Amino acid sequence: MPVESEVSLDGKKLTITVKGRFDFGKHQDFRNAYERFYKVPETYIVDLKETTYVDSSALGMLLLLRDHAGGDNAEVRVVNSNSDVRKILAISNFDKLFDIS
Amino acid sequence: MNTLAPVLEALTVLIAEDSAADLLLLSTIVRRQGHQVLTARNGQEAVEVFTRERPQLVLMDALMPVMDGFEAARQIKQLAGEALVPIIFLTSLRESEALAQCLDAGGDDFLAKPYNQIILAAKINAMDRLRRLQATVLQQRDLIARHNDYLLHEQRVAKAVFDKVAHSGCINAAPNIRYVQSPYALFNGDLLLAAYTPSGDMHVLLGDFTGHGLPAAVGAMPLAEVFYGMTAKGYGLAQTLREMNAKLKRILPVDMFCCATLLCLSAQRRVVEVWNGGMPDGYVHDVATGRRTPLVSRHLPLGVLAAEAFDDRTEVWPMALGDRVFLLSDGVLDTADAYEQLFGAERLQQVFAANREPDRLFEDIERALAGFRGEVRDDISMVEITLLAGQPLRSQGALYSDSGQLSPLDWSVSFEFRAESLKRYNPLPYLLQLLLEIHGLREQSGALYSVMAELYSNALEHGVLGLDSRLKRNAQGFADYYRLRNERLAQLDSGHVRVHVHVLPTAAGGCLTLRIEDSGPGFDVEKVLARPLDVDRLSGRGLSLVRQLSSDVRWSDGGRSVCVEFSWEALA
Repeated sequence: MPVESEVSLDGKKLTITVKGRFDFGKHQDFRNAYERFYKVPETYIVDLKETTYVDSSALGMLLLLRDHAGGDNAEVRVVNSNSDVRKILAISNFDKLFDIS
Repeated sequence: MNTLAPVLEALTVLIAEDSAADLLLLSTIVRRQGHQVLTARNGQEAVEVFTRERPQLVLMDALMPVMDGFEAARQIKQLAGEALVPIIFLTSLRESEALAQCLDAGGDDFLAKPYNQIILAAKINAMDRLRRLQATVLQQRDLIARHNDYLLHEQRVAKAVFDKVAHSGCINAAPNIRYVQSPYALFNGDLLLAAYTPSGDMHVLLGDFTGHGLPAAVGAMPLAEVFYGMTAKGYGLAQTLREMNAKLKRILPVDMFCCATLLCLSAQRRVVEVWNGGMPDGYVHDVATGRRTPLVSRHLPLGVLAAEAFDDRTEVWPMALGDRVFLLSDGVLDTADAYEQLFGAERLQQVFAANREPDRLFEDIERALAGFRGEVRDDISMVEITLLAGQPLRSQGALYSDSGQLSPLDWSVSFEFRAESLKRYNPLPYLLQLLLEIHGLREQSGALYSVMAELYSNALEHGVLGLDSRLKRNAQGFADYYRLRNERLAQLDSGHVRVHVHVLPTAAGGCLTLRIEDSGPGFDVEKVLARPLDVDRLSGRGLSLVRQLSSDVRWSDGGRSVCVEFSWEALA
């Protein structure tokens, strides 16, 4: 699966992994990755270790996740982004909304 | 009813058979299976019955008098068109060549004599499944085609509206703007807007909506309306940005936003003011030195943050006449080669460095993109604005055709704007609207706005905030000046700017006296006015501009109070 999600044993952390290109084609999979869990985790991790490219609709999807996770009170971390991906996140100044590493 | 192979739906079955005994036998079997039966004695009759009754399935004897089954099958298939009317050949033929001939003639299956009831029922059902499948496919194909037509039509309409919105303003009329937008860029959510402010400055917006087609067009409308409306009324970048952000935040779904760079180019003040949220770096090109200063994205795109969190801070860069500002969409940098390598900012810099003729920069970039990828992407936007002197100060909007009798001509009003207001409120658009109630002044609205804007910012920056314009003598000082301005404004807790307006009727028409006072320490008027006007100097433009544009400028109260007059003649 290009988008996978996994909840930690204590149920407090949901990790979503996106493989390959993170673009509009992953829209439904990405939403399913967090909407299918009944219990609401405290922290969301988006792992972009295997993500090669993000486009602006991927940024939109991150905003949707943030909204789902509680908006300004959300804790969403975007981790393991490669340098190209990080450049795109930086141009959009998404570090002002997400904890990016 | 046959219990072995249940029938889904009763069919009308045509049986073409020249032997009366076989015909009776087959008819009986097929009727017992629950279907309606039509009969024909030869191929010719079969074609006639088919034409008249349109049965859904045909059992066809191969060898018949008048017209054989092969020819009849060909004709029936042709009459049936796209719909599948299965033809099962009934044959006593055994050689494979003869059996293949049945299928070649358009038959879908064959059944060997003597007839086996169970096999016949199963074959009829199997063919019926195929027939339904074909019918469903056709129906869905037509539905998709209809939807597609509908969608294309909607897109054409939306594109037409979008083109009008995105291309009003002065984008095509201004002599100092050059741009390229590939045909699809526009409808891919790229938006390019330009308009003059009342004082003759130019506002330019290059935006990029997430999403394509309709959603992008839907967002573009209100954005363009706010841009044109507020620019024409004299609002600055900060207020316009706040309004655009709030509007997009309110109407767009969470995952949609608009990356944008908004510029204010002032030929009078020789500066460009910039806000960049999410667009690639633009560049100010200092033609004399060849230096390109990047205009970096410092903000989240429009439509993401709530109004309270939105950051409207801009950056200001000095420009000389002939200098250029270059903006581009991410389509340029994200052009990928066969190995998914992106063109990127470094390659763009190389094109800049190799560029010999500034007017051919776009062509150089397009050639570099084509060489990189083999073809240029269809969604790139680039715009370049050159700072030219002497943009005309035109009057805004149509003049009223009445004689001005209805406009008020004998009144005064005074305002005092205190610290909290000075921090975030720009009173100039409001004051301008008020003064344009005087019809006789409308022709001078550009000059009036420029003078008012200069005197107000002098009162605020040099008076209340105590900033020294001599800081602006070089590019670094220029940046320091605007950084200090933002810092001091943010910390402001006292001080005021007062604006007094007196309107008096005169024999010829009328006269407006505008007096602006500030709470600052004042300045040595004679000394400042005695400084030579140096065309290359970055500071001191404001006062010379004011003296050019208004008939009379007088300072009093140690430089803390300044007074200008505008007069007009009654409209004929």
